[in-house]
Amino acid sequence: MIDIINVHKGFGEQRVLRGVNLTIEKGESMTVIGGSGSGKSVLLKHIIGLLFPDQGRVIIDGQELNNLDQHGLNEVRKKFGMLFQMAALFDSLSVWENVGFSLKQHTKMSDQEIRAMATEKLALVGLKGIEDKMPAELSGGMKKRVGLARAIAINPAIILYDEPTTGLDPISADAINDLIIDLRKKLGVTSVAITHDMHSAYKISDRIAMLYKGEILEVGTPDQIRQTSHPIVHQFITGSAVGPITAD
Amino acid sequence: MTRLLEILGRKTLDVVTEIGRVLMFLGQTLRATISGPFYVRNLFKQMEQIGVNSIPVVLTTALSTGMVLALQSYTGFKRFGAESLIGTVVSLSMTRELGPVLTGLMVAGRAGASMAAELGTMKVTEQIDAMETLATSPMKYLVVPRFVASTIMMFFLTVLGMLIGISGGYFVGVKVLGTNPVTYVNQSIDNTEVSDIWYGLIKALVFGAVVGLIGCYKGFNTEGGAEGVGKATTGAVVVSCMLILILDYFLSALLW
Ligand SMILES: Nc1ncnc2c1ncn2[C@@H]1O[C@H](COP(=O)(O)OP(=O)(O)OP(=O)(O)O)[C@@H](O)[C@H]1O
Ligand SMILES: [Mg+2]
Repeated sequence: MIDIINVHKGFGEQRVLRGVNLTIEKGESMTVIGGSGSGKSVLLKHIIGLLFPDQGRVIIDGQELNNLDQHGLNEVRKKFGMLFQMAALFDSLSVWENVGFSLKQHTKMSDQEIRAMATEKLALVGLKGIEDKMPAELSGGMKKRVGLARAIAINPAIILYDEPTTGLDPISADAINDLIIDLRKKLGVTSVAITHDMHSAYKISDRIAMLYKGEILEVGTPDQIRQTSHPIVHQFITGSAVGPITAD
Repeated sequence: MTRLLEILGRKTLDVVTEIGRVLMFLGQTLRATISGPFYVRNLFKQMEQIGVNSIPVVLTTALSTGMVLALQSYTGFKRFGAESLIGTVVSLSMTRELGPVLTGLMVAGRAGASMAAELGTMKVTEQIDAMETLATSPMKYLVVPRFVASTIMMFFLTVLGMLIGISGGYFVGVKVLGTNPVTYVNQSIDNTEVSDIWYGLIKALVFGAVVGLIGCYKGFNTEGGAEGVGKATTGAVVVSCMLILILDYFLSALLW
């Protein structure tokens, strides 16, 4: 379903991705872990064609993103929902207009129907009665959840989550974990999540991949990752300051 | 010395690349304008933001300019008894030159700046990326309405500016300085061709396009958080004002 083949990406002098290889199967829940600034968000943006590799290929359902024109790219993007790290809500639109944005753009639904659909999606992420608020009036955690509601609004086949639980209280965070699991179980959604929260990673993932120095260091099931023999991965998942990774 | 040349060379190169990128952005904007979908609601919202909200500042500027123009030309013309030409000076300057240029500069300062700030904020907070992931073209949704609204509204604001400027001139020339109203009006009408008005309005359309284009370009190329938004905003005003003044010369030479 998603093939990332030898992807390299740099910004100026800085080389962020240095040959990433990762395959995500249909219906699978993949979680990418890695240090802050290791290029996780950059990798996620390659999957939906917001960034393009300097070298290497990204293939979604057999279509190589590099070869698509704007129209083709948009057609591929309609399969996706993406939650941004900072939510990226449109601040000139109200909450329900944010959630219903793609419905407005790509369906013939009336505003009333869109609003009802938005209310439904907001309920899924645990938010009620905020349809008419503006993003500036929301807390960070609420924004995140509205962003998630927007990402799932068109029932996408693939959902990309950039740190879905960061900034949420433990209870809301776990509700989001359950939602992610539900979406996969009930709707067969393929998901790629980024997280720093190992509890969440173990809970939601079929497989976990660790990104380190621009490459995927190890990929495995939560159990395999827990019992890793790789010193760097081990240090990361146990959150130890002592080990081969140094905080510099 | 070589160091100086090197810096100079690099700066020139930067400017040339920037011009190239602006032209490419113009090409993309025009292509997005002629191919659908077209967001009419966004267009109206922008027409209101750019047009209606700029009326006070355009009114003030045009009125003051028309009045000052009448006053100053009176002082000069009285010396060789040509007071009757005040009306001509005011109406020719307002239509051919000051109407469009002053309106352009004012709208650049007001609407161009707010465009760059708004889009720049959207860029650095990834709202533009988010729109792309929702399979909606930010060029069509955000840029085209601003570009078109700015072009159209500059036209109407300039018409307004011309009218108000000329009225201000009439008020000062006739009511304050006491020149003959009939001569004033006749002189104005006799010496102002319809083509003078059109020249001014063509300039207005070009300036409107410039303000919209540069405001959006600077916004879309914003980088680096709040500081970047600040830079983009200032940049948009400076560049569009400079372009208006430079293009004004060439348009004046062309539309002789
Ligand atoms: N558009 C860009 N232009 C320039 N540099 C960028 C850009 N996007 C990301 N980078 C750089 O790439 C590196 C990786 O960034 P990225 O956002 O992917 O990190 P991350 O792994 O998501 O970190 P975090 O866990 O803190 O979110 C950073 O050093 C960042 O400065
Ligand atoms: Mg990130």
